[in-house]
Amino acid sequence: MNTIRKNDLLLIGLGIVVFAVLQGMMTEGLIGAFWKLNIFIICINIILSASLNLINGYTGQFSLGHAGFMAVGAYVGVVLTTNFHWPFLLALVAGGAAAALLGCLIGLPTLRLNGDYLAIATLGLGEIIRIVIMNIQYVGGAAGFTGIPHLTTFPWVFFVMLFTLIVVKNFVNSTHGRACIAIRENEIAAEAMGVNTTKYKVIAFTIGAAFAGVAGGLFAHCFYIINPSSFTFMQSFNYLIMVVMGGLGSLTGSIAGAFVVTFISAALASWPEFRMIIYALALILLMFYRPQGLFGYIELTQIGIIQRLKLKGGHK
Amino acid sequence: MAELLKTNHVSKMFGGLKAVSDFDVYINQGELIGLIGPNGAGKTTAFNLLTGVYQPTSGTITFDGKSLLGMKPYQITQHGIARTFQNIRLFSELSVLDNVKIAYHSHVKYGLLEAVFRMGRYFQEEQEVTEKSLELLKIFKLADKAYETAKNLPYGAQRRLEIARALAAQPKLLLLDEPAAGMNPQETQELMEMIRWIRSQFGLTILLIEHDMSLVMGICERIYVLEYGQIIAHGVPEEIKHNPDVIRAYLGGEA
Amino acid sequence: MDFASQFVQQLINGISLGSIYALIALGYTMIYGIIKLINFAHGDIYMVGAYIGFFAITMIHVSIVPALLISMVVTGLLGMLVERLAYKPLRQAPRISVLITAIGVSFFLEYTSMYFVSPTPRTFPAVFDNVSLHFGSFMVNGQQLLIFGITFILMVVLTYIVQKTKIGKAMRAVSFDVETAQLMGIDADRVISITFGIGSALAAAAGVLVGVYYNSIDPLMGIMPGLKAFVAAVLGGIGILPGAMAGGLILGVIEALVSGFISSTFRDAAAFAILILVLLFKPSGLLGKNTREKV
Repeated sequence: MNTIRKNDLLLIGLGIVVFAVLQGMMTEGLIGAFWKLNIFIICINIILSASLNLINGYTGQFSLGHAGFMAVGAYVGVVLTTNFHWPFLLALVAGGAAAALLGCLIGLPTLRLNGDYLAIATLGLGEIIRIVIMNIQYVGGAAGFTGIPHLTTFPWVFFVMLFTLIVVKNFVNSTHGRACIAIRENEIAAEAMGVNTTKYKVIAFTIGAAFAGVAGGLFAHCFYIINPSSFTFMQSFNYLIMVVMGGLGSLTGSIAGAFVVTFISAALASWPEFRMIIYALALILLMFYRPQGLFGYIELTQIGIIQRLKLKGGHK
Repeated sequence: MAELLKTNHVSKMFGGLKAVSDFDVYINQGELIGLIGPNGAGKTTAFNLLTGVYQPTSGTITFDGKSLLGMKPYQITQHGIARTFQNIRLFSELSVLDNVKIAYHSHVKYGLLEAVFRMGRYFQEEQEVTEKSLELLKIFKLADKAYETAKNLPYGAQRRLEIARALAAQPKLLLLDEPAAGMNPQETQELMEMIRWIRSQFGLTILLIEHDMSLVMGICERIYVLEYGQIIAHGVPEEIKHNPDVIRAYLGGEA
Repeated sequence: MDFASQFVQQLINGISLGSIYALIALGYTMIYGIIKLINFAHGDIYMVGAYIGFFAITMIHVSIVPALLISMVVTGLLGMLVERLAYKPLRQAPRISVLITAIGVSFFLEYTSMYFVSPTPRTFPAVFDNVSLHFGSFMVNGQQLLIFGITFILMVVLTYIVQKTKIGKAMRAVSFDVETAQLMGIDADRVISITFGIGSALAAAAGVLVGVYYNSIDPLMGIMPGLKAFVAAVLGGIGILPGAMAGGLILGVIEALVSGFISSTFRDAAAFAILILVLLFKPSGLLGKNTREKV
């Protein structure tokens, strides 16, 4: 057993402790229904921001279509559970797979585009997905899909989130993840070092889309009804904000970003008229004073004091 | 000696402009060849043709018995040609070590699932990559800077890191695009020795573009001279030095 | 009505809508050209322009042309203020941070406006009696004529400013290369500020014209047209003024034809689909030049 594996187990252990504490507080009624739902949303948003970070932060491909993939996962999921009575797990996986397939199909042609052109193309594709769903009467069209079973529970959101984080963390710390990061840093040099840049862009895009789809499935089963207006490009902006606020290329950042954004939004719920104004100002001020986000390119585990403690422990 | 690289009448047009025309070179296994020429002669374009960044308008390129036409740059790298860049292109926000590790990419065999679930070959191969990378860094006197961010390295060290990174791709043929650009005479001298040494150590074949005549004349076995996209001279350093066309190209005038 | 005249009618509607997109797209493209920022707040500047026009007509009781000018001046100044406060401090920051700031500014403008003018839509006053010109079986109404006229005048003025005046030359120089322009003695900050001013004034004109055309304005009215205008700018080739004009008109016509002949629910999807197709086949837009990074 080596250090890396030990750290992994430590992380999982920590996750289980956090889970036990929160679950305990929920069963004891210390957390009310409002905050319980918000904790669910935080976990789902962490899945979305971590997966978007894989595309935007690690691979450096500016995607603004995350809400579209989320919508695909959500609708595939609810149709399978509500109309076909599939087990929840299978429905989630199918939703993720559908989003991944779409991500792959969309990614192949569009990932040739650079920077802002890719951003606007993915934004457009996200909107096209939403508009198409709006026009499918089978799933309720613009009015929405009703009668969804309430299948999302705390263990589901928490452990799917933990799974997502582990997958993304392991991916970026492998040769495949390094290939993606190399593309972000310098695409021409990456290609010259033997990285099939198209392939890895599509891989990052597909994995990101898959998790967005799964998150969509979890999100949809929190409610009785979902409708296409939950998946507009404004939602994609929100996930982008989480990623950038937390810090591009940092998983710790994605967690922090999803937490902060969801928390601010929930905490201000009692002042609806000021909520968005304060949010907007907070966003602008954060970009002024920390344009790289809370944890730009840095993980919690790499920060000074923790690093030093590790060094004392004799590991590099 | 076996022929490693051969180009046949390679030309590249940009719009109406012939950047390189009838570029014919051959490189044998183990040779150290220089490609020189005045600014804008098409040297870097020639490199870009060899590495697949550009596709030739006409002509053929054969490497190790295979045609390179139509191959993407990453495929050519995987076939055994690695390069450095004239304008340094490091992965500047990453550590020196990660820069080198990335170049091992095409030699790592574990798959996506093995990476994501950390099973199978993952740990062993990762360890190997790290060890090999550190060894390379040691050779290039960068081992003590392994965990520094690449962009914070001094200029000369960045140039050395580019070569180290190219070597990590385990090429048969190494293309160096002005490796001594911006170096002082002493650094250039050290670089010359290093290039000679890595060639023998790694059994490499090297093609280098250079402005610094002393470096080229000092270490290259044969030299091609390019002017206005055409090869105007070819031979051993002594011949090139006295070739009237080369003198004219470099010094101007009606020689 | 037969197919041909219906087609012409949709074409007229499309050009009206497209003129509005074009006016907003011009601001987008100018700002992008000069500081490489997708100014997502630009749609909200257009909304503010519509409200200023609205209040000029209802509170100071001026007619449409003075209202348009008042709105253009005030909104232009607002655009410069936004640039000064929100974007200028970030000149050296990563581009994505500036983009997020722009989204922040967008939210700020939307919800501050909502706080002051209430979220309910306002009915834009009728500025002149409903006149319409009939040409055979199709017609052009007064609002449409106003849109055509104002858009045409503004485009001529803008082209003159950019091509012939000193500030226009400075704008072109800065958009080509900020640092070199500065070395040539151009005050880049001032040029950027003026660009925001002009872009915002054009958006304000579009806002007032939309108010006149659709009779209804609300604080979130800028989101979709803002996005569409950006699509138009990219469609034409971002950073290129004639591209924005052409992109806006093409987009407007396509939308009118799709809603007239297929279904209005697919209107937005069609706009995006066209954009993606254009990008795939000509990534730099219809009038853009393909550039490649030098290796």
